[in-house]
Amino acid sequence: MAAMAPGGASSSEIYKGNASRLLLPTWVVIGVFLLVPVALMATYSFLTKEFRGGVIWEFSLAAYDQFFLDRGLFGDEPPKIEWTYITIFWRSIWQAGLATILCLLIGFPTAWFIATRDARMRTVWLLVVTVPYWVNLLIRTVSMKFLIRDEGPLNAMLLWSGLIDQPLGLINTNLAVQLGLFYSYLPFMVLPIYAAVERYDFALSEAAADLYAGRWTTLRLVILPVVKPGIIAGCILVFVPSLGAFLAPDLLGGAKSFMIGSLIEEQFKGAAGNWPFGAAAAMILMTIVMIVLLVYARSQTREAKA
Amino acid sequence: MKQLDLRRFPGFFAITLLCVVVLYAPLMVVSVYSFNASTSITNWGGFSLDWYVDVFTGPESPKFQRAAMNSLIIAVLAGLCATLIATSAAVAMHRAGRFKGKTATFALINLPLMVPEVVTAVASLIFFTAIGFSGGIGTILLAHITFCIPFAYLPIAARMQSVPDSYEQAAMDLYATPWEAFRLILLPLMMPGIFSGFLLAFIISLDDFLITNFVKGAGVETLPTAIFGAVKQGIKPNIMAISTLMLGVSVVFVTLSWLIGRSGQAKKP
Repeated sequence: MAAMAPGGASSSEIYKGNASRLLLPTWVVIGVFLLVPVALMATYSFLTKEFRGGVIWEFSLAAYDQFFLDRGLFGDEPPKIEWTYITIFWRSIWQAGLATILCLLIGFPTAWFIATRDARMRTVWLLVVTVPYWVNLLIRTVSMKFLIRDEGPLNAMLLWSGLIDQPLGLINTNLAVQLGLFYSYLPFMVLPIYAAVERYDFALSEAAADLYAGRWTTLRLVILPVVKPGIIAGCILVFVPSLGAFLAPDLLGGAKSFMIGSLIEEQFKGAAGNWPFGAAAAMILMTIVMIVLLVYARSQTREAKA
Repeated sequence: MKQLDLRRFPGFFAITLLCVVVLYAPLMVVSVYSFNASTSITNWGGFSLDWYVDVFTGPESPKFQRAAMNSLIIAVLAGLCATLIATSAAVAMHRAGRFKGKTATFALINLPLMVPEVVTAVASLIFFTAIGFSGGIGTILLAHITFCIPFAYLPIAARMQSVPDSYEQAAMDLYATPWEAFRLILLPLMMPGIFSGFLLAFIISLDDFLITNFVKGAGVETLPTAIFGAVKQGIKPNIMAISTLMLGVSVVFVTLSWLIGRSGQAKKP
């Protein structure tokens, strides 16, 4: 979706002069209900917290201070780096990164396989892979929890087959969260890669084969560079939502697999009730995501120019 | 024969099967267990429809029915509003030539896709609290319309790009006003795109948990927030029956939008 060029290719001018009137609803709705709220959230991250939610309108850097610096229990010691929240962010980044890699390893062969079927089978396979994407994410995560919990069908099956003699104890671990993220966002990887492979010109593979390239050499040197835009798009579509995911870490993880999404949620809905701190954590998350998207956008423009 | 060989990579079929198993195993298991006669979610006690009866008549049924009704109302209204706004935006972006701020507008339309969901949730909660607005499903509806706009826009804009403007040109040569050209020519040609845009927005709204959970007023529940609340106390069989019903609804919707999308594509040259 991000790959679409601004304005698209069409240059029709039928309704010229009406643009501002036609765009007014979009500007108003997204402006008032997204831009203004985000700006307000940025402001809140620099305000003083009020006990049990809300803010006092007084400038303060306390939220960012609390995030990055440890000043001891009474706040009078010389500041050291506070690792608690950095650790949570770091865990989120590598969990999201790992989920992206796993999705790529499974998603690329799947997309390739589907795109090389004949037209009729392609639609069938595509439908098979798309259906889970349309199923409610909460329900999918709950289903995963049901499947992998200690008394669940997965463990029952493995115990019955004699492969293990006690339950795996997957639930409430980083691995369970990883499984949940991978499972949640796998379709996001398959679809853009599929779109790229579908446009791939097999004459390129033939040319490579004529020059004695083996199958895997062709994949590495010809196919992967050509479908790269699809792969990058897929990686972003998996990485970004995984980074801020709430449901998978909340339902499948435990205290040791806490991620950014839960940290932020806890400040507003949970017991912590520190709005400026939650807003600051959300700002930091948004900054990371915006950096990723900017790098992506720049590589797109560079490629378009080349 | 040679070309067929170039398309094949050993092991790719196996990985595809693995992918399908991973995607479907959890949903299948829950669907099967929703027909379990036993009150325990662990042991199999034979086939029964008890939990489906429970969903519609059991002690928790009024709560879930009210939540489902809220979800449906919000999804229909948010889908309709987002589709209207997105259609109007698509006409401006693809039929109104160049204008100042076009690139910025394009970024604005896609902004809800780029901001992480939890950030949107936090920002919306802060905003609605700051302006003191907490009216029933109103906050949920406004938040949903906002993040549904890009989802409605995608298929609508894609369709508009594929419809040449020569039909409207012809109509205007025959003295149709721009409004008439839009209403009588472009709109009917756009219908498949508009309908898939609405379906996508509808599903995205129905699917949302995180933003809804942040902005909803006290006592207002949608189906996902009600299910989440229930699941926090442990997975019960009636949740599995509700999940299976929602799975069924999703499958119907995908098939529907797929059929509509296909009928739209068939007209392409």
